[in-house]
Amino acid sequence: MRTRTRIVIPALVAAVAVGTAACGGSSGGGGPTAAASAPPTVSGTIEFWHFFTDREATVIQGVVDDFEKANPGVKVVVKSGQDDQKMRQAISAGQPIDVALSYSTDQVGPLCSSGDFTDLTPFIERDKVDLTQIPKTVLGYTAYAGKRCSMPALADVYGLYYNKDLLSAAGYTQPPKTLSELSDMAVKLTKYNADGSIKQLGFMPLLGYYENAEAHWGPSADAQWLKEDGTSAIGSSPGWQTLLTWQKDLIERLGGYAKLAKFQAALGEEFSAQNDFQTGRVAMNLDGEYRTAFIADQAPKLSYGTAPFPSAQGFESTYGGGYITGNIVGIGKGSKNPEAAWAFIKYLTTDTDAQVKLANGLKNVPTTHDAITSPQLQLPEQFKTFLDIFENEHSSTTPPSSIGAEYQTIFGTHTAKWQQGKVADLPGMLKQVDSEIDAAVKLQAGS
Amino acid sequence: MASAIGRRRTRVAWGFLGPSVLGMLVFFVFPLVMTVYYSFTSFDLSNPPRWNSFANWKFLFGGDPLIGQATFNTLWFVAILVPVRIAGAMLVAWALTRARTASGALRTLYYLPALIPPVASTIAFVFLLNPATGPVNKLLGAVGIEGPGWFTSPAWAKPSLVLLGLWVLGDIMIIFLAALLDVPVEQYEAAELDGANGAQRFRHITIPNMAPVLMFSLITGIIAALQYFTEPAVASSTAMGKAAVGEGASGMLGWPDQSTLTYGQLLYQKAFGANLFGYASAMAVVLFVAAGVVTAVLLRRFSSFTPEVAA
Repeated sequence: MRTRTRIVIPALVAAVAVGTAACGGSSGGGGPTAAASAPPTVSGTIEFWHFFTDREATVIQGVVDDFEKANPGVKVVVKSGQDDQKMRQAISAGQPIDVALSYSTDQVGPLCSSGDFTDLTPFIERDKVDLTQIPKTVLGYTAYAGKRCSMPALADVYGLYYNKDLLSAAGYTQPPKTLSELSDMAVKLTKYNADGSIKQLGFMPLLGYYENAEAHWGPSADAQWLKEDGTSAIGSSPGWQTLLTWQKDLIERLGGYAKLAKFQAALGEEFSAQNDFQTGRVAMNLDGEYRTAFIADQAPKLSYGTAPFPSAQGFESTYGGGYITGNIVGIGKGSKNPEAAWAFIKYLTTDTDAQVKLANGLKNVPTTHDAITSPQLQLPEQFKTFLDIFENEHSSTTPPSSIGAEYQTIFGTHTAKWQQGKVADLPGMLKQVDSEIDAAVKLQAGS
Repeated sequence: MASAIGRRRTRVAWGFLGPSVLGMLVFFVFPLVMTVYYSFTSFDLSNPPRWNSFANWKFLFGGDPLIGQATFNTLWFVAILVPVRIAGAMLVAWALTRARTASGALRTLYYLPALIPPVASTIAFVFLLNPATGPVNKLLGAVGIEGPGWFTSPAWAKPSLVLLGLWVLGDIMIIFLAALLDVPVEQYEAAELDGANGAQRFRHITIPNMAPVLMFSLITGIIAALQYFTEPAVASSTAMGKAAVGEGASGMLGWPDQSTLTYGQLLYQKAFGANLFGYASAMAVVLFVAAGVVTAVLLRRFSSFTPEVAA
């Protein structure tokens, strides 16, 4: 027994020691760096991981081909359809991924702070990349704690879609600009069946319905998520109370939570032709710019318009802004060819032709001003709204955090109860949200 | 001479055992030890782990606002889903042994749903139980019953998953069927001569003969229920109208209103959604210990599982 103990304990200690060294990753420093001066030409092979599949992967491949044509010495090995978690684990383990494109801005915090994504500042400063081409909000979600470890590839922008025929039939010629107008119009546009159930809904106020999310509503009331120290600002930001109070009022005016939940239960799948807005079940809906492509494909006869999402009472001056998020791209810490990797990232994110080609193909918003104003953009008339929202100074995003998107998830667990009428004390609920987020941040910080 | 032969035999034995022992050490013991170590650290997968003593454990037992709900939901599935599936599989297997005609076709029919990948079967089931457009509520409506919200209702979401579990019970049913057909007929005949009725024959002949198989189903069922993930995750996203799992999935887990949030899902959310890998490791250790304790208690309680006794 003693012999076994003598063997087992050192073995466990060794396992922990080896594991700590092997699995611990590295912090901040090290990794690929920029050469003192930009090489006249780049060459070699780079590995590029992204999450796109099928038609969208073909669009990406088109831009890769253009890059290879312009840089004949570079071969880009593309790994498509890669999930973010898998990519992050591979980079963390030191796999030589030169360029990684992620769909989530929520991972920017850990990717930057850990050094998994290389700091691009030396490359940017050396090559004098004009970052004023990119809106401040977008620059914000691609850096963390002052470290620019990623560049924005394309953006998703959210606004209001409205069915012109249904609005016209109700006597409206313009979309709502304030939330109170939205409520009035939603009530007037809602029709009921003989049994009292909803037949046609003006606007769905329940969070969790398609793109109805706290994050997407936030800019309407300049609602803040985090303070500068990374702790929660939700309880102290008046915008959230305004938004949630407006939501509760509209739920009541439309017949109550149960009636709306029943309507929601019968919704069509979001990305199919049965989407409620595309079938006319809902007259107005909050959605991303990509919906224009789905409508063109699945409901080409739909007469619809787009507009910025209405602003809340007291925040009318923010009208025109909206929620922005997008894809990010960076150099993995295991990159063996950082100069070629940077050349590719620079091409992907700052070259106007490449941005326009991606935007035309993927029907997403390009992230540079020159690309947005390019006459080569072949996008439907309704898409212009999203280009304007993208460049509007009141647009905002969900900030990068050390706990990823956890702060949004925590808030969501409480708003789910709020909209059901299970919460009487709204300020108390928001304080509780603060304390739960702060506890998670503290735990992540190791204290 | 004898000891030389013994040493040679030992070397040969280690030669055969070596690969599997190595595999166990690399893929089981090492991750297990590391998980225990990480549970005492703050770890985000990218930065080196930082020792934080018992902070994760304190948060687990007194700080996490969702741990109670996730544990309750998981225990609910252990207490309801596992026995219901075992009872259902037993009933179907027993009925199939009584089938006089088309028994082969019936066995295939009952087993088929188990062949469908869990993601596909869950999506199909959510569509079947769609409160507005699904055929189940339409049938109920035709006979004057207003069907529930099924996967969209916090009260009905868990029972809906039990129904799904019953639909795909073919995996257990096929084992029970084989075990039932293996029970010696002469034991039933002797019991019948002694005047035992059907229930007594089931209690004193069928159950003891099937004890090893029942024990196997119970243990694997409980462990699977403790790790229940895919079906509730897919059901939540599909019922929300987002038939996709992966991109931003952690925001959908537990919908509606955390009613289907399982312990395994919360663990995943904390690790990959919140970057709290140290905390998730503490959760994983608790899950491992719980599964180990349950297995040990059951094996002790039903000692008939051991081959010697069963024989």
